[in-house]
Amino acid sequence: MTDQETAAPSRGAFARWTADLAMGARFAVTGGRESWARTIMTAVGVGLGVVLLLFASSAPNAYELREDRGAARSTFDTGTLDELKAGPDTLRVADANTTFRSEDIEGKVLAPDGNQPPEPPGVNRVPAPGEMWVSPALKKLLADNELLRERLSYRVVGTIGDSGLSGPADLRYYAGVDGAVFKHDKGQRIDHWGTQPSNGPINPGVLLLVIVGCVVLLLPVLIFIATAARFGGERRDRRLAALRLVGADSHMTRRVAAGESLCGSLLGLLTGGLLFLGVRELASKVVLFDASFFAADIRPSVPLALLIAVVVPASAVVVTLIALRGIAIEPLGVVRNATPRRRRLWWRLLLPVLGIGLLLPLAGGFGANSSSGDREIYQAAAGAVLLLVGITALLPWLVEAVVEKFGKGPVPWQLATRRLQLSSGTAARAVSGITVAVAGAIAIQMLFATVEDDQTRSTGQDPFRAQMAATLQVDNGNQAAATFAKYRATKGVRQVLGTTSGYAAEAHPKKKRATEDSPTESITVADCATLREMARLRHCSDGDVFVAEASSDMYAPDEPSFLKPGVQLNLRLDGDGVPVTKNPKLWTVPRSAEVVKTKTDPQGSENPGVLATPGALEVSRLTDPTAQVMLVLDPRVPDAQEYAWNTSATLSPTMDVYTLTSTSETNQFATLRKALLIGATATLLLIGASMIVSTLEQLRERKRLLSVLVAFGTRRATLSWSVLWQTAVPVVLGLALSIAGGLALGTLLLKMVNEPWTVDWASLSLMTGVGAGVIVLVTLVSLPPLWRMMRPEGLRTE
Amino acid sequence: MTPAGSLLIADGLHKAYGRTPALDGAHFSIHPGEVVAVMGPSGSGKSTLLHCLAGIVTPDSGAVHYGGRDLSKMSDAQRSSLRRGEFGFVFQFGQLVPELNCVENVALPLRLNGVKRKEAEARALTWMERLEVADVRAKRPGEVSGGQGQRVAVARSLVTGPRVLFADEPTGALDSLNGERVMELLTEAARETRAAVVLVTHEARVAAYSDREVVVRDGKARDMAGVR
Amino acid sequence: MSIGHTLLGLLESGPRHGYDLKRAFDERFGHDRPLHYGQVYSTMSRLLKNGLVEVDGIEHGGGPERKRYAITDAGITDVEQWLAQPEKPEPYLQSVLYTKVVLALLTGRDAGDLLDVQRAEHLRLMRDLTQRKRTGDLSDQLICDHALFHLEADLRWLELTAARLGQLSKAVRS
Repeated sequence: MTDQETAAPSRGAFARWTADLAMGARFAVTGGRESWARTIMTAVGVGLGVVLLLFASSAPNAYELREDRGAARSTFDTGTLDELKAGPDTLRVADANTTFRSEDIEGKVLAPDGNQPPEPPGVNRVPAPGEMWVSPALKKLLADNELLRERLSYRVVGTIGDSGLSGPADLRYYAGVDGAVFKHDKGQRIDHWGTQPSNGPINPGVLLLVIVGCVVLLLPVLIFIATAARFGGERRDRRLAALRLVGADSHMTRRVAAGESLCGSLLGLLTGGLLFLGVRELASKVVLFDASFFAADIRPSVPLALLIAVVVPASAVVVTLIALRGIAIEPLGVVRNATPRRRRLWWRLLLPVLGIGLLLPLAGGFGANSSSGDREIYQAAAGAVLLLVGITALLPWLVEAVVEKFGKGPVPWQLATRRLQLSSGTAARAVSGITVAVAGAIAIQMLFATVEDDQTRSTGQDPFRAQMAATLQVDNGNQAAATFAKYRATKGVRQVLGTTSGYAAEAHPKKKRATEDSPTESITVADCATLREMARLRHCSDGDVFVAEASSDMYAPDEPSFLKPGVQLNLRLDGDGVPVTKNPKLWTVPRSAEVVKTKTDPQGSENPGVLATPGALEVSRLTDPTAQVMLVLDPRVPDAQEYAWNTSATLSPTMDVYTLTSTSETNQFATLRKALLIGATATLLLIGASMIVSTLEQLRERKRLLSVLVAFGTRRATLSWSVLWQTAVPVVLGLALSIAGGLALGTLLLKMVNEPWTVDWASLSLMTGVGAGVIVLVTLVSLPPLWRMMRPEGLRTE
Repeated sequence: MTPAGSLLIADGLHKAYGRTPALDGAHFSIHPGEVVAVMGPSGSGKSTLLHCLAGIVTPDSGAVHYGGRDLSKMSDAQRSSLRRGEFGFVFQFGQLVPELNCVENVALPLRLNGVKRKEAEARALTWMERLEVADVRAKRPGEVSGGQGQRVAVARSLVTGPRVLFADEPTGALDSLNGERVMELLTEAARETRAAVVLVTHEARVAAYSDREVVVRDGKARDMAGVR
Repeated sequence: MSIGHTLLGLLESGPRHGYDLKRAFDERFGHDRPLHYGQVYSTMSRLLKNGLVEVDGIEHGGGPERKRYAITDAGITDVEQWLAQPEKPEPYLQSVLYTKVVLALLTGRDAGDLLDVQRAEHLRLMRDLTQRKRTGDLSDQLICDHALFHLEADLRWLELTAARLGQLSKAVRS
């Protein structure tokens, strides 16, 4: 057949390629129902992959744009820590965040000093007292909820523009308030909005997370695209054989095949692009992981998009050519290499070993000094990629090696393993995507677990004893008492544990001169019910005083305290907490005061010092007192928390209110982890889809054989089980390998950031469960066509 | 030939695929140890007759009696079990499981009946020796010649000791010499085991291995035994 | 080939002169070997003697006198038997089988049946040969094979003819 090529020497290689590729493309589109189906399958598969890739390539942009806008509205400018002088262009601002039915609302209260105050981004005019600007999402929330309108009782005068928002679902407001809100040093004074983007060192753990995350999410997508390019390959080969019969040479058929998959992948690129545009619009309407994005923010970076546009079709062509390498398309049919070469282990082992070799030297020192940062990042990324790819490369060998040992056992098992022995590559290829996804997910979960440990702590709070707490700076004790009364009158509040506390120093210290580090002790005034939550009291009645000593080391003083019954205290301290010796406010701890041990309060802290009942110490004598309330809510009142928030808002918009929880998990990590699980699950499903396609293809190809098997009385169950095993064996092996690889990678990564070894067994088993689900899904989906093909009609010769 | 003493009797079979009638009142009977050729032009309904007789296909009307039981009144599972235990099958092509080696292919019906692997393969090997293909036992179907493959298929059809052997163009894909040898071995083995053979063929030289022939034309089967 | 049976069969559709008979015969069966007049008259006188035909009448015209023959009941039975009797399977049967098929079609008998019976006869011989082959030595086998292949060729011709009966019957009746 080669003489045909030599017969046309004038025809350039380029022209030959284009002509054959074009012919392939024509086959892909006009080759009848079958090749249409194949092209569509490839296009949809590639399209799905492309959508993921486009989203991934948009992530840096979207993140950056969000961050930029976040920085533009920030008031925390590291450059201007010094107090500004009030002027015509300055503004006082304080955080006035609140939470409405677990939705966080970010708010700021503003009070201009002059007539040219800087406007926050997205706002045209600084609101006058009693007015506010709200984000569209908040506007809607306000419209729907009377309770929230009560809390944010400002008049809405405008809607914050997109430039001032993180995303369409951002809940945000700027309210104008009276300058009085800013007493007690609340808030800060600014002359402009926005901060310099910070270039602080990134947490090396987080950096690693990002690197490995990208690898883990993108590798399976690439593998899936490669698999999609092979959809329907066996039928295509037969079609090519027919082409050989009419005179095409083997090079030409290869080029025609390449043209076919090129066409499919180009259509896929188009599908992916269109899908991306559609999904992007949808994405702007959905709050994902507590964050929303403007559709306009989700735009792929141009170089990355170009890379996708080139790499995807190119890889489809390469994959097709590689796939055709192992078979010979002859005029009378397709000849597969009868005895496939045994897979070699050495180079498959080399990849992960190289990866480990790259990662090991980084142990302990990753991100330690920022000068070598870039090189380390590349090294870490390369190491992770090599390790993960290596695991994938090991899988076909493992499947082959393991399956060779089997072959005994019941008939379905025998059929399945023998099938795998004959073509373990196909099965292993499909599963390799799962392997990367799961291995990576496990490694990331391990990193997460530690990063999380750093960020998530048991708060020590006890939500069974009290559910909310708030701190309020008050002018005097009476004001504190009035505050408590307001809470008591709030709907849904069952009990108010209110304390008023200040500080005191020794009236007659040994060191005469008072300095900033003169020892002070806290004095807390509260009723007996409240004091019982703070210390172990045997008895308590109004007029009692206790000296509480810390139960745990954490709160114990470094040196013996001056505090004991009978000691005289000076209650007059200045704004910085330095005792004022001139004209002191003296108070003596009664000799009868009992020395008690503290008890962890519902907020999780201990309050050593003087605990006094109002009858023993008049609250008005405390200097600069702080009022603190802990609220016990009535669980039968549904919106009790919201009522309490509303009460707080009437006291001060800037009040610190929080809900007590036993653990605090940084939201970010909870959602990232959820995202990871969703990503891994989606990958597994994607792989499942490609396994279904190849299983169906295989079944269709052996329609006649199935009918023959039915003829001699094979049970449905026998063949169904064999389909199950055929899927299960590679998936189980893949999962086992990926768990091993994932744990290895995770361990290495943990060593790099110097964190102790922990495994998130729950998500590990979840991954395994999802893997099992894929097996069952593939089998279940394959069963109806299997049964349909097991009908005797297949015996009729066409 | 009278149906008395017959092993398998079909009476008034009708079967249509869509609107095309494949069988239109066909009758058939076969005795133990008898080889009956089913002849007729393509599309005459030969294969459909075989499928109905073997309980692979249920006729639209009419009855197939085997050992006093009506196949068309049996459940699918019962018919499958009957085919596994009492019947054997040889087809023209595409019948060996490509990923199993030859001895495993022959042992397959036994294993489907629950025979242990070792024993099944030992019995399979005896039959392969009978059919002169013991030497290819460890090869896969793709690696043996057409004649060898067909003998493996015959060995497989005989391995369970079937009472009725159904052969649909068993030599259709073979050359004269191979086809002849396969037919010789098949009929010999069947006569020895007193198995009845329903032999669908359009080749006279293959039909010549039968004891009598039935001609199917336009969906009707005509027994030529009484015609002299 | 039996000319007597053929002429009898031709007479079955109605009385004819000897000359007519010859013409009808030549037209349908005698493409390569037309009948001699002598052959017709000698055959007819034999049939007349055996009582299978009778003289239906004599025509006197300008030329010699012409006898018109008609088939008797015995003649019809004879044709019937001849058609139903399969030929001994031997080479070069096609002309007699063809004649039989055409006569069957002409006389409204079932030609398919005739072919089926002939096939059964062929198969019976093939079975015998096959049996002999299985028990015989190599030379027996080779000789049997030769016969078998020839018989098979005839059989295939029979099959084909059977498949074309509809076409043939149209041609014959026209």
